[in-house]
This record gives sequence, C-alpha cells and structure tokens, in this order.
Amino acid sequence: MATTAPLHAPLGATNTDIQYVEAPIRAFAIATMFWGVVGFLAGIVIASQLAWPLLNLDLEWTTFGRLRPVHTSAVIFAFGGNALLCTSLFIVQRTCRARLFGGEEMGWFLFWGYNFFIVTAALGYVFGITQGKEYAEPEWFVDLWLTLVWVMYLVAFGGTILKREEPHIYVANWFFLAFIITVAMLHIGNNIALPVGGTGRSFGAASGVQDAMIQWWYGHNAVGFFLTAGFLGMMYYFIPKQAGRPVYSYRLSIIHFWAIIFLYIWAGPHHLHYTALPDWAQTLGMVFSIMLWMPSWGGMINGLMTLSGAWDKLRTDPALRFSVAAVGFYGMATFEGPVMSIRAVNALSHYTDWTIGHVHSGALGWNGFIIFGSLYWLFPVLWKKKALYSQKLVSWHFWLATLGIVLYITAMWVSGIMQGLMWRATDQLGFLQYSFIETVAAMHPYYVIRMLGGVLYLSGALIMVWNLYKTVTMVESEEPQALPSGAVVAAAE
Amino acid sequence: MLNELARHHGIFATLWVVWFFILFSGILVWTLLPSRKGELEARGGIPFRKDG
Repeated sequence: MATTAPLHAPLGATNTDIQYVEAPIRAFAIATMFWGVVGFLAGIVIASQLAWPLLNLDLEWTTFGRLRPVHTSAVIFAFGGNALLCTSLFIVQRTCRARLFGGEEMGWFLFWGYNFFIVTAALGYVFGITQGKEYAEPEWFVDLWLTLVWVMYLVAFGGTILKREEPHIYVANWFFLAFIITVAMLHIGNNIALPVGGTGRSFGAASGVQDAMIQWWYGHNAVGFFLTAGFLGMMYYFIPKQAGRPVYSYRLSIIHFWAIIFLYIWAGPHHLHYTALPDWAQTLGMVFSIMLWMPSWGGMINGLMTLSGAWDKLRTDPALRFSVAAVGFYGMATFEGPVMSIRAVNALSHYTDWTIGHVHSGALGWNGFIIFGSLYWLFPVLWKKKALYSQKLVSWHFWLATLGIVLYITAMWVSGIMQGLMWRATDQLGFLQYSFIETVAAMHPYYVIRMLGGVLYLSGALIMVWNLYKTVTMVESEEPQALPSGAVVAAAE
Repeated sequence: MLNELARHHGIFATLWVVWFFILFSGILVWTLLPSRKGELEARGGIPFRKDG
C-alpha cells in the first residue's frame, strides 16, 4: 500500500527561502516538558493522598479535591495542549510550505496567551474559584480569555493553510483543523454561563440532566478531539518521519478521518448510563461508541503498518519505539473504551478505578508516548543539532515509563473490578455485604502500586528533560552516541 | 411555520440520517476508486518533500 515515492527529493514546486516561524515553537516544546513534569508530579501527590490521607495537610488549598483538577489540567491542557500547539504549528508550516500566518508575533501571542490561561486556571483550582465541571473547571473570565486565544489559533492555523504553496492539505492538518474547530465549539457550548457580579462566579445556562448531557458531550469530545484527533495529527506526521517512509495507506487515513469525525460527536452519553438521561440517548451513546472501534483500529493499523519493511528501526531508534508503543496503547484504549460503554459492563465499571485505569492507559500510553516520540524527533531539528545527546537515556526513559504504565493500569484494573464487585455484593438476604469504607480499605495496596507507577513514569520524564537539555546545550564537537534516523535526515535538510 | 416544521420533525430526522449515510458512502467511493489510488497515495509523500 505504501508508495515508493522518493522520500527526500522535491516532488512539486518548492520554495527554499521560506523562513519558518520556529522560536515560539521551541518555547512550546520547552513548555511541554515543563508542564509534563508538573502534571506527573501533581499526579503522584494526589495518588499519595489517596493512599495516605494525612497528606491532604488539612489545608483547603492542598486537598485532593482542589489538586486533582490541577493534575488533570496540567497533563491534558498544559502538557498535551502545549504539545499540540507546538507540533501543529510546526507541521502546518512544513506540509503547506508556508510561513505561519501572523508570523513570529502570532506565535508568541499564542504561546504566552495559552500559558497565561494555564496558570490562571490552575490558580483558580487551588483557590477554589471553579464552576465545578470536570475538565471544564475554569470560571467564565478564564473561559473568555481562552476563547480569544483559541480563535487566534484558528486564524493562525487556517491562515497558514490558505496561503499554502502545496496544493493538497496533508492529512495531519485535517486532524489538527478538526481538533481546533471542534474544541472551539465544545468550549463555547459547555461554558455558556451567567456571571454573578463581583464574585468571579457564575451560573451555568443549562441545569439538571440537560446540563449533564452538555457537560459529557463536551467531556467525551474533549477526549475525541483534543486527545485523539489532534494527537492523530502528530501520528500522521512524526511516525512517517521517524520511520523514513510515507504513511502505510493515505486512502485509509482519509477514511479514518471522516469516520472519526462522523461518529465521535455522538458518543458522550455513555458517561451517563443509568442516570436520568433518557434510555434512547444512553443507547445512542453506547452504539456510537462501539462503532468507533473500527475507525480507531483502522488508524492504529495505518500507524503501525507504516513501519512495514522498517521494523528493525525499533531496535535502533528508541524514540520511534515511543511513537509505535503509543499507537499500540491507542489501539488498546480504543478497544477498552467501547467495551466499557456497553451498559452491562458500565454497570460494573462506572465510578470505579477501572475508569481511571482506562483513562491513564490512553493518557500515559497514547498521549504521553506520542508526545515523547515527537519531542525526541523535534528537539534536534528545532535546535539544529545533528542528533540527540543520548539514545541510551531515551531507552531508559522508554522502559521506565512502560513499567510505570503497566504497574498503574494493572493496579487500577484489579482495584476497579474488585471495587465494583464489592459494591454490588449482597448476602443471601439481599443486604449489601460490604460497607463503603471496607471497599476503600481494600484498595489501599493498589493505591500504593499506582503511586509507584507514577514515580517510575515521572523518573523517565526527568531523564528526558536532562537528555533534551543536554541536546540543546551540547557543543557540536561532542560526538553523540548514536543518530536518530528521522531527525538526522530532517536536520540535514 | 414552526409548528409545521415540528410536525415533520420525524421525517427530517430520518432524512438527516439518510443524508449522512449517503455523504459518508460518497466519501468512501471517492476515496477507494481504483483510478484514484496513485494520486491519493502519492500525497503520503508530502512530509518528505523539500522543507517538509
């Protein structure tokens, strides 16, 4: 299926004088690393709080309830968001052969504007100024700022596409554009609220089950378009670049794109099984979630098969190993998700740690690994270096992070299924067999294992930070240990 | 006018599903036509062009 088109020769009209905007993209890359470490550390802190509640410190600012959104937002919106802005702005310029619309100034506005949003949102969480919507916690004034930044992001990305010299819009840009447009729609739709004068607080426009439905229409599509579509954009650019060959099937990527776009938006109601939401809406969410399995695996196969004929690179290029393992985790999470959306399965899994394990196999495995793979490719290119400082450290990062994920998700599977079974266990007279606190006590060892998994994952990330710092600061005369395949070619260009 | 639209909501909802089905089928046909294979697959080479 993969074409035999020459890989490093110009095929169409080229303009080698294009001065791509890179400084803000380098800043986004550094911010991605920084927020990754912050997010993973916050995760370890709150995992420890679950195992040892004394660590809540009896202060309202450091309780689990306030630090948990700091962790989720730091990982999803700060680590993931900076990575998405970084890679999308890098990819759109190169695949369109056009300088970023708005130039350096636009890039810097997006960088400072987006990171100001992150800091403002986090301060709100710690000080208790939130609207209490999961993954949409910031209050109205922070939401308005993000809306402005996001519209400018759309203008920059769309403007670059409009002035492209490449006639075709490469598939990665389709995914990024869908991500940008849909997140704008979701963000505005879920945050329509009436501010209350002088308090920084607000009342949401919807209430009751309508509010819940809008929230999970937003929530699941944040997964679908922020954590999936955008990251698929990364996959469709960086895996071919790392493997040194075009995507396995470009036609499959088109079908992958449109199937995801047609189906994802309807899957949200599976978060509201056995609630006041009408049964037909619950069934709709379940059916569309199950249908999503096929396009998701189509995309996974397309990513994996891009290595067809180049599997040996997995032995020699640990950065590519990150990207390919990420696609494996994508396949695993997008199989587990549809299974968990089935109402009978959801009756056991919902509200238990199983859901937390599922989310983390996606976030740590898919999103985290594809970002690590991309950063290892991008840093030498952005800083005009011949190669990474150390391939051995990349390998250490890979195995520490993989072991961390395995500990985390297996602990959560055992803990979650045990928790669900304990909640529903009844004796011969129909009375509940366990009190709630007994289920909490039973989960203690798994909370500790989960925390240790997080420590391993953070340790790997700190190794990456050191490796990338040394990559940027090493003088060119220092000989790197080995050459990452994709990065060397791109840097040479 | 609105009442008239509301009265036909069921048929509009059905037509909407049919329209989406036709639209998606059209995308499938457009993408999978054997005659288009070479042109579409060549686009996979965009990241490898000069400056890509």
